[in-house]
Amino acid sequence: MDLLSVILSTTAWANAGGAIGAGLAAIGAGIGIGQIGKGAVEAIARQPEAVNDIRANMILTAALIEGAALFGIIVGFLAMVL
Amino acid sequence: MAFGRSKSLLVAGFSVCMLLFSNLISAQHEGDHGAHKPATHETAGGHGKKEGFDANEVIFDHILDAHEYHFFDITQADGTRKPVGISLPVMLYEPGKGFSAFMSSKFHHGHTVHNGYRQLDRHFMTEHGLDTMKTAGGQAMYRAHKIYAVDENGMPKAEAKVYDFSLTRNVVQMILALALLCWIMISIANKYKKGQGVKTAPRGMQNLIEPIITFVRDEIAKPNLGHKYEKYMPLLLTIFFFILINNIFGLVPGSANVTGNIAFTLVLGVIAFLIILFSSNRHFWGHIFNPPGVPAGIKFILVPVEFLGVFIKPIALIIRLFANMIAGHIIIICLISLIFIFGSLNRGVGWGASPVAVAFTIFIYFIEVLVAFLQAYIFTMLTAVFTGMAFEGEHHAEEGAGHH
Repeated sequence: MDLLSVILSTTAWANAGGAIGAGLAAIGAGIGIGQIGKGAVEAIARQPEAVNDIRANMILTAALIEGAALFGIIVGFLAMVL
Repeated sequence: MAFGRSKSLLVAGFSVCMLLFSNLISAQHEGDHGAHKPATHETAGGHGKKEGFDANEVIFDHILDAHEYHFFDITQADGTRKPVGISLPVMLYEPGKGFSAFMSSKFHHGHTVHNGYRQLDRHFMTEHGLDTMKTAGGQAMYRAHKIYAVDENGMPKAEAKVYDFSLTRNVVQMILALALLCWIMISIANKYKKGQGVKTAPRGMQNLIEPIITFVRDEIAKPNLGHKYEKYMPLLLTIFFFILINNIFGLVPGSANVTGNIAFTLVLGVIAFLIILFSSNRHFWGHIFNPPGVPAGIKFILVPVEFLGVFIKPIALIIRLFANMIAGHIIIICLISLIFIFGSLNRGVGWGASPVAVAFTIFIYFIEVLVAFLQAYIFTMLTAVFTGMAFEGEHHAEEGAGHH
């Protein structure tokens, strides 16, 4: 199996697509959660007494972002399996 | 400038190397295939001995449901492998034949036919070419580890419908977790009824559960559900503890992956969806179908999006829990599989890789304990948030009327 037949076979493309899609979803989630962490730390530094509210909202928003990323990962997985 | 030129030179050189190596490696790979093909064929005939290490098979056997708890294989003196585990009851219904129930050990891991049924295993499928058969819809006709009715020759018949009501390991583990949860909760409730922990200090298991219950009440229910929170406390506590105990049971080595099963999370998500629907009021639906203060042209876009949002919220709940738990299990089993993947290259490399893999596994394992709590919290939290959003409209309207 040389490079040409790898390029021409569809399963290799599906696997690559799924893997790249999962990677992109992870990048997006990483950026999003990083932004949340940055915002939360800045907010806590400014207002240490609101730390509990900020933490609850931080986890909630992180969960929402993670949900979107996991959608991407599941779709990538399905692209590989189906 | 010189740096830029050398970089492009480097890239070109690297690309040429990659091209050459890709041919080399694939040639080697082909040679491998040629050499190994007869070997796999021989061993497939003799008692399901595995050639090398198939990480894919190990991972999927771990994360999917099964008819037995499979712990490990013992390699016997004659080179065959004997699986060690606990077999579970199989209950089948076939129209025209009726119910039949027996232990899954009767199948001998797919080697024998029992009572007109056979559990397919991968070697049997590849031997008889069943794994490549497709239905009219392009789906695989036979799946490994599923139970099929067989004809006189012992070959499975896909057209004969068999309904499988077996106590699979997910079901058994869920029942065990539920029994443990009920025992803990009822014994604690009885203690409180006797007065222990009401006026005096809590004792024993009360110390463990009481802070969690007050956490769910003060951090999840009260901020999101307002004055109606007491009505929803039983639901939220049940969801929280049920997910939590199943997550933790799933982390016990050798156990099944209950919360990483889409059917389990689907049922929880549908329950959350029904709760949201039944606690919604007309303000909630009004904001969806006739958003106030929005120009008519925008409504054509906004209304379908908002309406889909009603369904996407519980679907997101389902996918989140499912994907989180299954991802954790896959990461752990992949790290453990790395040892054997390296070990099949060379025994020394396998031994060298194992401390690294085990260290990473322990690290991920502790993260998974955190995730077990976090996912239970998030599922409960989001159920509370969505339920609160479904009925908070009237609350806001009252407030607005008060201000004007």
